[in-house]
Amino acid sequence: MKILVCVKQVPDAKDVRLDPKTNTLAREGVESIMNPYDRHALEEAVAIREKLGGTVTVVSMGPPQAEAVLREAIACGADEGVLVSDRAFAGADTWATSYTLAKTVQTLGGFDLILCGKQAIDGDTAQVGPGLACRLRLPYVACVQKTRQVSAAAIEVERMMDDGYDVLRLPLPALLTVVKDINEPRVASLKGKMKAKKAEIRHLTAAAIGADPQCIGLAGSPTQVVRVFSPEPRGDRRIFSGSVDEQVDQLVACLKAHL
Amino acid sequence: MDYFFTEQQQMIIDTAREITNEKIIPARAELDEKNQFPRAILEDIAKADLFSIFVPEEYGGLGGGGFEIVLAMEELARGCVGVATSFAASALGIFPVMIAGSNEQKQKYLPDIASGARWAAFGLTEANAGSDAAGIRTTAVEDGDCWVLNGTKQWITNGGESQIYSIVAMTDPNKGPRGASIFVVEDGDPGFSYGKKEDKMGIRSSSTRELIMKDCRIPRDRLVGRRGTGFITVMKTLDLSRPGIASLGIGLAQAALDEAVTYAKQRVQFGKPIISFQAVQHMLADMAIQLEAGRALVYAAAKHIDSHPKDMSKVSSMCKVFATDMAMKVTTDAVQILGGYGYMKEYPVEKMMRDAKILQIYEGTNQIQRNVVGQELNKEYS
Repeated sequence: MKILVCVKQVPDAKDVRLDPKTNTLAREGVESIMNPYDRHALEEAVAIREKLGGTVTVVSMGPPQAEAVLREAIACGADEGVLVSDRAFAGADTWATSYTLAKTVQTLGGFDLILCGKQAIDGDTAQVGPGLACRLRLPYVACVQKTRQVSAAAIEVERMMDDGYDVLRLPLPALLTVVKDINEPRVASLKGKMKAKKAEIRHLTAAAIGADPQCIGLAGSPTQVVRVFSPEPRGDRRIFSGSVDEQVDQLVACLKAHL
Repeated sequence: MDYFFTEQQQMIIDTAREITNEKIIPARAELDEKNQFPRAILEDIAKADLFSIFVPEEYGGLGGGGFEIVLAMEELARGCVGVATSFAASALGIFPVMIAGSNEQKQKYLPDIASGARWAAFGLTEANAGSDAAGIRTTAVEDGDCWVLNGTKQWITNGGESQIYSIVAMTDPNKGPRGASIFVVEDGDPGFSYGKKEDKMGIRSSSTRELIMKDCRIPRDRLVGRRGTGFITVMKTLDLSRPGIASLGIGLAQAALDEAVTYAKQRVQFGKPIISFQAVQHMLADMAIQLEAGRALVYAAAKHIDSHPKDMSKVSSMCKVFATDMAMKVTTDAVQILGGYGYMKEYPVEKMMRDAKILQIYEGTNQIQRNVVGQELNKEYS
C-alpha cells in the first residue's frame, strides 16, 4: 500500500493574534505547527501501513521552513517527505493549491490512498482535499471518522454526519479527509526523531512538477481577499431576571424607551 | 537551571514531556479514581521508544545510562507518579537480567523490553521480608530439568500486568543471604498465578499485586547468574534503580510547585493575589530551593553511578532520601497554599500529596537508606 499524506504548516491556534493596524494575521513570533487535522491523517496512514505494509509519503506545499513539519511527520512514522516550494506558488488559493498538489501527486506517481486533514486551522476552507480528488479524478470521502476495513483493492469508512454516520465503500485509489475522532495521534518516537534529523527532504519546484504558470500562485487563484476585518462588536445586551411577568415588564419598558 | 543536556538527552526529555502533556495529564484523575492500570499510556510510551532508553544497543535499545532514565522518569512523574512507577517497574524487573543474565537470556528478553512488547516486574518483597530481605521464604528446588518454586510475593508493582518477573527465591535456605538466587518466571508458567490486588492511598493507577508460586515449574535456564548470588544482584539492581525513584520525587515536586505558583498568582484575598503576601512567597521560595537542590543531587548522583564507582550504594541512597523527603514536603506545602481547594479532588495537588508518600517507603524505606549512608560513612572513616 502506497499512501500519501498532505500536511500543512500553520500558526499555532493558541497564539493567533490579529495585527490591529493591518487586520491580518500576525505571524511574527507565532510558533508554527503541523495542522492538527493532518496529524490525524498521518496517524491513520501509519496505522494502515503497520497493518498492510507499504510506505507513507508526506507532502507539503509551503515555504522552505515548512520542511519542519515534514521532519515532524517522519518522526511520527512517515517514510519520506516531499516539499513543494517555489516563489511562484505564493498567494495560492484552494483552487491553485489543489492544482499544485495534483501535479505533485502525478509527478511522484502510483499512490493507492491519499489522506488529508479535514481542513487547515488557518484558512478553515476544507476545500483542498476534495479539490485535489477532483483534479485527480479520484473517488473521495470527506470527514471520515473511522476506517472500518482496508485492503489492497478497497476501503470502507464511516463519514461523520450531524445525526450519525454514513458507511461508504470506495475502490482504491481514493482520497479521504479525516476528522479528529478518527484516532489518537502518537507522540513522535525517539528513533523516529533521530531518523527525521538525518532524513533528506526532497524539494520540488513549479518546473519540477511541470506546472502551468497560469494555474499556480496568485495567477491561478480566482479567490482574491478584498479585505480582512474584525467584525463590529455587537450592541448592548442585557439579561432580565425575576418572574416571567417582571421580565416582560422590563422588556416592554426597555423597548418603549428606545422607540 | 541549565544542566547542559546533550542533544539525545534533550530529545528524551522532550519526548517524555509530550507523553506527559498529551497522554498522562488528561487521564490521571480518572485512572486514580478508578484504580485503573494505564495500559494504553504504557503502549504510547512504548511507541515513543522510551522503554528502549535503558536497554543496550546490541539488544535493540538506545544504550542510555541511569541519567537518561532519570530524565525520562522525572518528566513522566510530573504527570502521574502511578504511571511513572508502572514504567519504572519494567526497568527494575529487567535489571537483574541486564546485570547478571546470560547472553541467551538477554537475547530472549531484552529486545521485547526495549520495544515495550513485554513488560517486566521485580519480585522481592514478601509478607515477612520487606526491609529485612533476608527473611525471604520463597524457595526454589532443583527437580530434573526444572526448578520448582514455592512461595508468595507481596506488593509487586506491575503484578498481573507484566509478562516477565524476576523472582528472588532461596535455593539454599540454610546459607542465609548467600542462599538466595534470582529466576525469571513468565506469565503463564505452570503453577504461577496472581493474588490480591491492593487498594492503595496513592499511585493508584499502578498495579500492586501478590504473585503466587505453587509448585511452579520453570526450565533450568531461567536461573539468572550463578546459584547463591541473588542478593548481590538484588543490591546492584537497587543501587541502579534508586536514582530513578529519586527522580520521581523531582518530577512530582515540580508539578506541585507549578500548581502552587499558578494558583497563588490567581487567588485574590484581601484585594491582592496571595503570591504578593510574604508568608506565601517564602513557602514557594523554599519549595523551589529544595526542589532545585534535589534535582542537582539526583542528576549528579545518576551521572556518578553511571561511572560505576565504589561508593554507588551511598550516593544512590543519599539522593533517594533527599529527593523523596523533599517531594513529601513540597506536595504537602502545595496543598497548604491551595488551602481548602487543595484538599478537594477537583484540584490535582491532593493526589500529588497522596502519591508522594510511597516514595519515602518503596524501593527501600528512607530509614533503610539512612542506614546505608551511615554504614558507608562508618567504613570510609575506619
